[in-house]
Amino acid sequence: MNDAIDVMVNGERRPVARGATLLELLRSLELDPRAVVVEHNRTIVRRPRLGDVTVAPGDAIELVHFVGGG
Amino acid sequence: MTTAVDTVRDTPFVVGGRTFHSRLMVGTGKYHDNETMARAIEASGAEVVTVAVRRVDLDRSQETGILYHLDPNRYFLLANTAGCFTADDAVRYARLAREAGFNEFVKLEVIGDQETLLPDVQGLLDAARTLVKDGFRVLAYTNEDLVTALRLEDAGCAAVMPLASPIGSGLGLLNPYGVRTIKRRLTVPVVVDAGVGTASDACVTMEQGVDGILMNTALAAARDPVGMAHAMRLAVEAGRTAYLAGRMPKREVAVPSSPLEGMLD
Repeated sequence: MNDAIDVMVNGERRPVARGATLLELLRSLELDPRAVVVEHNRTIVRRPRLGDVTVAPGDAIELVHFVGGG
Repeated sequence: MTTAVDTVRDTPFVVGGRTFHSRLMVGTGKYHDNETMARAIEASGAEVVTVAVRRVDLDRSQETGILYHLDPNRYFLLANTAGCFTADDAVRYARLAREAGFNEFVKLEVIGDQETLLPDVQGLLDAARTLVKDGFRVLAYTNEDLVTALRLEDAGCAAVMPLASPIGSGLGLLNPYGVRTIKRRLTVPVVVDAGVGTASDACVTMEQGVDGILMNTALAAARDPVGMAHAMRLAVEAGRTAYLAGRMPKREVAVPSSPLEGMLD
């Protein structure tokens, strides 16, 4: 598969289309970009820039949100 | 801020430049369901509500998040760094939380021991310094050690949060002297965080003169969380008012309340 690459999303290996942006990755996971914070290789990517950043093989992406806590 | 009676005047409760109406802060963890949580928080009268930062569950992404139940116009969301065991991790979580876009406040936890969840005070101080430099208003969860509390204040923390007893233990206020001493010596607000189990614990804690209390499990693990939230609201107000009113001195012997004169022969 030449057109897919593997990235790590929340600690799990996932295939994504080569050249996909972080915004496209969120869409493919059916996540609302307004509801998650994206960390790409340990750097926070702000919402307006999600469509500008493309992912590369082996990238580590963390998608976080708020949950119940004390 | 006014209490139930006009004669007892309180000062405003200000943390990091923000004035809050309730001295009770509550967490959102461990509730059986979100609806109970929302009703309990409402019954508590709390304005500051804590949340944690975690990975999105990619297999259940369609579930409504916790924010669906917490109107950001009504509640002040305070993100925590719970679960972090190093200063670097805590800073990372704090930055992710800030990016979620609500405010620059963070309840900083750097845990040093898995069993007791007691703080790693060295990591705590390192993280606090980094976050203050980065523009955060840091509310630092710590133990009841005065020197650590003083260092946290020096580091620029907006509030210092000594524990009553270990997180989730419900053991109540184990070291009133330690907490009272921290309150007496610090200028920034002192908010007791963790360990309060029931209303009397909250009342005794507020009677030490601290500025507020943060609790979670005491509500979430009560048989009736909404009822306990109401009790805690009253207890925090009762303890605060009693502190302001000033308790009578303790004596080792009885002093009659009724006159000694006018007794029959």
